[in-house]
Order: sequence, then C-alpha cells, then structure tokens
Amino acid sequence: MTTQQAEAPTRSRTDRADLTPVPFTRLAAYEWRKQLDTRAVRWLFVIIAVLTAGVLAVMALVGDGNVSYEQFLYNTSTPLTMLLPVVAILATTAEWSQRTGLTTFTLEPRRLRVVWAKLVTAVGSGLGFFVVAMAIAVVAHLAVIAYRDADASWGLGAMTAGMLLMLVVWMAQGVAFGLALMNTPAAIVVYLAVPTILSPLTMLVTAWEKVWPWVDLNTASMPLIMGDSMGGQEWAQLVVTTGIWVGLPLLIGILRLQRGEIKTA
Amino acid sequence: MITVEHLTKRYGPVLAVNDVSFTAQPGLVTGFLGPNGAGKSTAMRMMTGLTPPTSGTARILGKPYGALANPGRRVGVLLDAAAQHAGRTGRETLALSALLTGVGRHRVDEVLDVVGLTPDEAGRRVRTYSLGMRQRLGIAGALLGEPDVLILDEPANGLDPAGIRWMRDLLRDFAADGGTVLLSSHLLTEIEQVADRLVVIGRGRIVAEGTKDDLLRAAGTFVRSTDDDALDAACRAAGIEVARQPGGGFTTAADAEQVARAALAAGVLVTELRDTGSRGLEELFLELTADDAREQVSA
Repeated sequence: MTTQQAEAPTRSRTDRADLTPVPFTRLAAYEWRKQLDTRAVRWLFVIIAVLTAGVLAVMALVGDGNVSYEQFLYNTSTPLTMLLPVVAILATTAEWSQRTGLTTFTLEPRRLRVVWAKLVTAVGSGLGFFVVAMAIAVVAHLAVIAYRDADASWGLGAMTAGMLLMLVVWMAQGVAFGLALMNTPAAIVVYLAVPTILSPLTMLVTAWEKVWPWVDLNTASMPLIMGDSMGGQEWAQLVVTTGIWVGLPLLIGILRLQRGEIKTA
Repeated sequence: MITVEHLTKRYGPVLAVNDVSFTAQPGLVTGFLGPNGAGKSTAMRMMTGLTPPTSGTARILGKPYGALANPGRRVGVLLDAAAQHAGRTGRETLALSALLTGVGRHRVDEVLDVVGLTPDEAGRRVRTYSLGMRQRLGIAGALLGEPDVLILDEPANGLDPAGIRWMRDLLRDFAADGGTVLLSSHLLTEIEQVADRLVVIGRGRIVAEGTKDDLLRAAGTFVRSTDDDALDAACRAAGIEVARQPGGGFTTAADAEQVARAALAAGVLVTELRDTGSRGLEELFLELTADDAREQVSA
C-alpha cells in the first residue's frame, strides 16, 4: 500500500443536473453480477452440475437404461429444487450477512426496485441453469442410446413446461425466504427444512389427504412436474400454495425492508 | 450542501438523535464530533436514507437523499468500512458500484490510484484486507461517482498516521474544489486539523457548533507571567475567573485581550498568552459531553 498525494480529480465540476435515475436494466445487471461473482455461488453451481450429472449417470446405469430425454430432464429437478434456490437466498441475504446492503441501498434508495431486480435475476439464473441441465440430459440420453440400446426419444412436453414454471416459483421462493429472514443460515435451513418436514407429514397424516394439496407446495406442484393434466382445481391449489410459500414470505420481507432501517451489524 | 433540520430518532424510550439541526456548506470540511454512542452514526444513516427519522428532515443538495437521481453520483457515502463482501476482490467491489452508477470502468483504476491501493492489492479478496485497507477501499467507493458531497463515518479509523495525513489532504482538496464534506470522529485530534467547522454532539444532541477558531477561542486562554499571584489578583479584581495550573500559569475563560488588560493594569510582565488550543477544545469536548451525560442521568 502506498501513501501518496491525491492527484487524480476527486470530483468533476461538470453540471450534474443531467443525471438521470438508474434504469432498471442497469440495476438488474448489477444484481446479477453480484449474484454470480462470489466464490460461494460458483462452487454451488459446480456442485449442482456434478449432482445433476451424478443423478443422471445412476439413471443411465441402473435398470434397463431405456430412459427418454424428458425422463432424464425430469430427474434433474431434485438437485435443482434443493440447491438452485440457495443461489437466490445467498444473493438476497448477503445484503445483511455480508453487510453489502449499506452500499446497495445507498446507491439505490428505491428499495422495492432492488427486490424486483433480485427476483428477475434469480429467475433468470434458474432458467439459465435449466439450459445446463438440458445439456447434461442430452449427454445422458445420447449415452443410453449408444451404450444401452435405448430408443431415441427427444420429445419434450408438458413435463418440461411444468418444470420450467416451477423453477420460476422455486427461485422466487429463495428470494422470498432470504428477504423475510435476512440471514443466510436461517433462510437456507428453513428453505430445506420445510419440505423435509412436510413431505413425511403428507404421507403420515393421511386424514389430511384432501388438505395437503392446498397447503404443501410440493404436493400441489406434483401434477405439474409429472406432466399430468392440470384441471381448474390443480391450478387453484398451485396458486394457493405458491401464495403461502412464496407470496407470504415475500410480502413479509418487503414490509420489513420498506418500513425499517437497513441494519447490517 | 447538507441541511439537517430538527432531526430526531427515538428507539423506545431512548432518544438516539435529539432535535439535531446544522448545515454543512460546500467548500468546507464539517467535522461531526462526539463520543461513541452519541448518535453520529444514526444521524448519518438518516441523512443517507438508511434509517427513517422519527421526525425532522435531512436534505442533501436541496433534496431528501431518496429523491436524488442516481445518488451515487452526487453523494459519496462511507458508513462502515467493514461492510464489504469478504468474498469479493477490492476491484470487483468498485466495479460493481461503477456498473450501477454508470461511471466508466476507467474510474475504478483512478480511485484505486487516489486511495493508494496497488493493482495487486485490488485483486485480493476483501477478507484478506486490514482495517486500514478496507477504509481506503471504502473511501475509493465514496469517490467513485465523482460526487459533490462526501459523508464519511469514522473514516480515519484503522488508518496509520501517514494514512490519516493522506486522508486529511484528500478531504481538504475535495472541499477546496467546492465539495461538501461531513466526516465524523470520536477523536478530536483526528478531526481538528482537517475540519473548518465542528458540530459537537453528545447523547444525541448538539452541544457546540461553530468554526474551529470560534470553538478554540471559546475554549479559553492560557497565561503565564513572572508573577502569577499578582496577575491572579488583578484578574479577580477585573472579574475574570482563573484556574491555577500545576505547572505554573493559569487558564481562564476570558479572551486574551481581557487578560492582557488586567496584566497591564497590574503592571505584571506576561511571558505567555495564548488560546488554550486543542487541549482546551478537548477539555471543552469532554466537559460538554459529560455535562450532557449528567443531565441525561438526572432527567
């Protein structure tokens, strides 16, 4: 570190009246870069990719190997649901856990815009990574065609569309949990614990069979990612459970953010 | 220009900031001085829109902070040098702010140069930085948008003496260029050489405010003579209260002229006559804030 006299200009004398508010696109670019430029997130992406490849390798090797492209793609959903939203959580909670909120919210005092930028970029990363999952599934399907005499079956249908939609929901859920809790470990634990606790409950408490699809996001989203037909009731259940597990925490988070101080210590 | 009017923040029964009003003018360095917990940081957080005030207003360049278009280009803010992502490099930290505020990438190299972080240091992750380096990175971030106003909370914290001197020159240059600087400190010695004006805060309230010279003058006069006893008597006769000092001489709240007249009238030879200076200001500072603390307790 050198101690030197300041020679470069510290401020300009130009007329600053022409300064315009930061456009949303630039805020989104900022949030996206922040989401991806840390080592933690890069490793997370590597881990998700390795897990995804691992799951597909097991599928390709076990059983008769006759697995369609879409079947492979469907099975990438487990690592994607579990870990991809953690990227959204980290990008959100870092503002508090890494205390960057002090900078973010002084550079952009319109706090709600920051939330939208985080949602847009989280969903963007989710969809972006789905393309990676598709590529991994291509390799897996080519492998079973070549080595296990599987039939080539490349068609994608309702199942893929359903997964894409759920990916949007999951990523938004990551942002919502991060915002509601404003703390990295708490948000990750709660995000992972909720389905872990709810899933066995849905199986054990069978008396609630009719209730679960209205309460549990996993149960409600099953028909969608299985590619089953979605009737009015299924869609209604999906909307209600998304409201409970994404809308509500997002609302709590926005209220906390809008009303309060940016406290990072 | 920073205009603070009746700014107040209440946390439950505690008034963290109590009816604080002052103005920081362009071209001047305004020192915001007070002991730890006096409310400096809370006041600065309210000025930058991070903490909503209970009542009162703070305007920067004539507007509430949140109403500034692209505030990163108008106001350079450093509230906590430790509040930087440990996993990012210094350069990346600045590049992000450059992206959001829309300044060119060249500006990142410029400010790194200004604060004296080498390219090698800028390429390291912030977790490896000393507090002094974080402070420099924070100052670089504040300067990045070529702002008109700087709001810096304890920027000298963690800097070595050379670093403090460097920052002093930097802030003086910034103000000489027409910029407004508000910087806080809990140490008078850090602030007295750079600040033109001082706002002294204790227990949430402004206890003294004015140009440094005014406050130094108000801090009193030190006098030494060949016959302190005679001068002591002469001063008392003139209605000037004095306090004898252990090393000889005495201090008084009266100004130098009053003391000189008393000495002249008594025919005492004065060998030293001066403002008590920073030492007096330090005492004043402690006294003002201590008084306020007592009030708070009895209230």
